[in-house]
Amino acid sequence: MDRDRRPSATSNVSLEQRAWNIRRKALLMAEVQGQGYIGQALGVADVLAASYFHALNYRPHDPEWEGRDRFLLSIGHYAIALYAVLMEAGILPEEELETYGMDDSRMPMSGMASYTPGMEITGGSLGQGLGIAVGMALGLKRKRSPAFVYNLMSDGELGEGSTWEAAMSAAHHRLDNLICLVDFNNQQADGRSTEMLCSEPLEAKWEAFGWHCQRVDGNDLDAVVGAFDAARALAEARPRVIIFDTRMCKGVPFLETREITHFVRVEPDEWSKALAVLDEGRPQ
Amino acid sequence: MTLASMARKYEPRPVPRKDGQRLTTSAMIASLAAEGYDTVAAPFGHALVDLARRDDRILGLTADLAKYTDLHVFAEALPDRFYQMGMAEQLLMSAAAGLAREGFIPFATTYAVFASRRAYDFIAMAIAEENLPVKIVCALPGLTTGYGPSHQATEDLAIFRGLPNMTIVDPCDAVDIAQMVPAIAAHPGPVYSRLLRGKVPSVLTRHRPDYRFQLGKAQRIRDGKDVLVISSGFMTMRALDAAELLAKDGIDVAVLHTPTIKPLDTETILAEARAGGRLVVTAENHTVVGGLGEAVAGTLLRAGVTPSFRMIGLPDEFLEAGALPTLHDMYGISVAKVAEQIRGWL
Repeated sequence: MDRDRRPSATSNVSLEQRAWNIRRKALLMAEVQGQGYIGQALGVADVLAASYFHALNYRPHDPEWEGRDRFLLSIGHYAIALYAVLMEAGILPEEELETYGMDDSRMPMSGMASYTPGMEITGGSLGQGLGIAVGMALGLKRKRSPAFVYNLMSDGELGEGSTWEAAMSAAHHRLDNLICLVDFNNQQADGRSTEMLCSEPLEAKWEAFGWHCQRVDGNDLDAVVGAFDAARALAEARPRVIIFDTRMCKGVPFLETREITHFVRVEPDEWSKALAVLDEGRPQ
Repeated sequence: MTLASMARKYEPRPVPRKDGQRLTTSAMIASLAAEGYDTVAAPFGHALVDLARRDDRILGLTADLAKYTDLHVFAEALPDRFYQMGMAEQLLMSAAAGLAREGFIPFATTYAVFASRRAYDFIAMAIAEENLPVKIVCALPGLTTGYGPSHQATEDLAIFRGLPNMTIVDPCDAVDIAQMVPAIAAHPGPVYSRLLRGKVPSVLTRHRPDYRFQLGKAQRIRDGKDVLVISSGFMTMRALDAAELLAKDGIDVAVLHTPTIKPLDTETILAEARAGGRLVVTAENHTVVGGLGEAVAGTLLRAGVTPSFRMIGLPDEFLEAGALPTLHDMYGISVAKVAEQIRGWL
C-alpha cells in the first residue's frame, strides 16, 4: 500500500490552483482548435483536480504502473478536460497542448486509449465505461491489488441500459474497489438531461441498486474532497458513487450565463476574453 | 389495421394424425452428423478446463447461458475462475474487456444472436478497437435451432467480418472445437468463435486421421477432380457426406475445410481454385450475404481466378421455425440437398 505516497500528499499547490490551471489549459486547447467541449471541461475541473491531486494514487512518469488507481473516462468527449489534468499531473508534456485535435496529435477530440498516456480506455460510445470498470475491479480483486477503479461518466449516460446492467453487477460482486463519478451538469446533446430521459430520483436509484451514494456540489472543492474521502474510507463491501452537480462553463461567467448547450458556441474573438476573465479569478 | 408488408404465418394449417411423421423442434447437435459418427460430450467445456489448468490467465464468463454453451463444465471444475454475469450481454462484453485489460484471457459465452446483434457496439469499442484478447464463443450459430429468428444467428459472420482486428472461427466438429480452444487463447487479439455444444460429432479425423486444427489455415479433407467444395462449420460434415453420395454417381468432390473465416486463408483457397478446372462451390451455415461464400468470391475475383462458381447457404430471409432436419432440407443445407444442388450444376 502506498496510498500515503499519492502525488497530492507531497504537493503544496492548492486544489483551487490546480482546478484553475486545468480550466486554463482546457481554454488554451479549445482556442487552438476553435471549438471543443469547453463547457463540460470547465464544469468538471474541480472534480478532476480532486481526483488527480487528492484521491488518486499514480506515478506521473509511469502511467502504466501496475499499482496505480485506474481512472476511466467513459465520456470520451470530455477528453479536453482529461488532457488538461494529465498535463497538470505531469503525465502528458505541456508542450503538446497546442497539438490538441490536430493531425498526428496524441490528443484526439474524443479520448482513445491507444493514443494517449494515462487514457485508460477508449470512451465515447456512451454507457460502456462502467461495465469495463466492473471487469477491471474484478480483475484487481483477483490480483489482490489494493488499487481503486474510478469511472467518470455523465448524466446522459444514465439513460443507457448498460449503465444499470453494470450497476447491478458491481453490487452483486460487492466491488468495494469501484468508485463511480457522475458529472451531473443536466445537459446532453438535445437539451436538459432531466427533460430527455429523467433519471431522478437519482440517489434513490443508486441506493436501490446496492451502491453507497453521495450527492454534492461538484464545484465546491471542500464538498468534493469530503465525498472522495468518504467513498475511499467506507468500510462496507459495496461499490460507491458520487453524483457531482456541476455548472457548465464554471469559472467564465459570461459563458456560464449564455444559453447553455452541449457544445457551447464561442466566437473566435471570445477565447482571449474568456482567458482574461479566468485570469481575473486566479486563486491567490 | 394490418401492415401489408408483414408476412403472416398464422393462417390455418392441417394438423397431422397422432401417428404422423411430422418432426418436432427439439433437436440435438449430435443429429447434425450422419449416423455412424462418434460424438464427444461438451468438447469446448473440457478443452477450456484443460487449458485453464495450465494457464491461470484463463477465465470463463457467461450471461446466463453456461449450461447451453458447455461452460458449466468449466464452472463446476474451476468455480473460482468462473463469472456468472447474469442476463446482461452488454455487461458481459464490457466486463470481459476490463478483465482483459488487467491481464486475463476471458472466454465469454452466450448465443450467437445476442453477441452479434445485442452486444455488437460493446464488442466493437470495448474489445476490438483496443485489440484485447477476449474470446467470444457462441452457441446456436446459423440454423442450428428451430426456434426461429430470435435464436437463429444467420448473419453473425457477416456482422463480425466487418469488424477490424476480429478473428473469426467456424469450427466443424468436436476435433476442431477441442483444438481451437488453446489456439485462440494463444492468439493475441480478440476472437469470435461459433460453437457446437452438447454431444458433438467427431467427423474430420474419420476422413483424414492426421487432421489438426490450425488457426488461419484451410485444409483439404478430401480430394476430388470434378468439384471443389469450400466449406466451414458443420457444412464441412455435410459436404463430406454429400461427396460420398456423389461418388456413387461417379462425381468426384474435393472438400476444403475453412474453419477460420477471418483472416481467410486466401493462399490455399486460390491454389485449390486454380487447380484442375473444377466447379467451385462454397457451403456455409449462414446467409449467403456477407459470409464465407462472398469472402471466397471476392478473393477469387481480386486474384483474377474465375472458375465456375456457386454458393450453398441460407437465403436472405428470416427463417421458419420447425424441426432442424425439415428446415435444413427446406433451405438446401441437408446432405441430400447439397448433393442434389451440386449434381444440378454439373
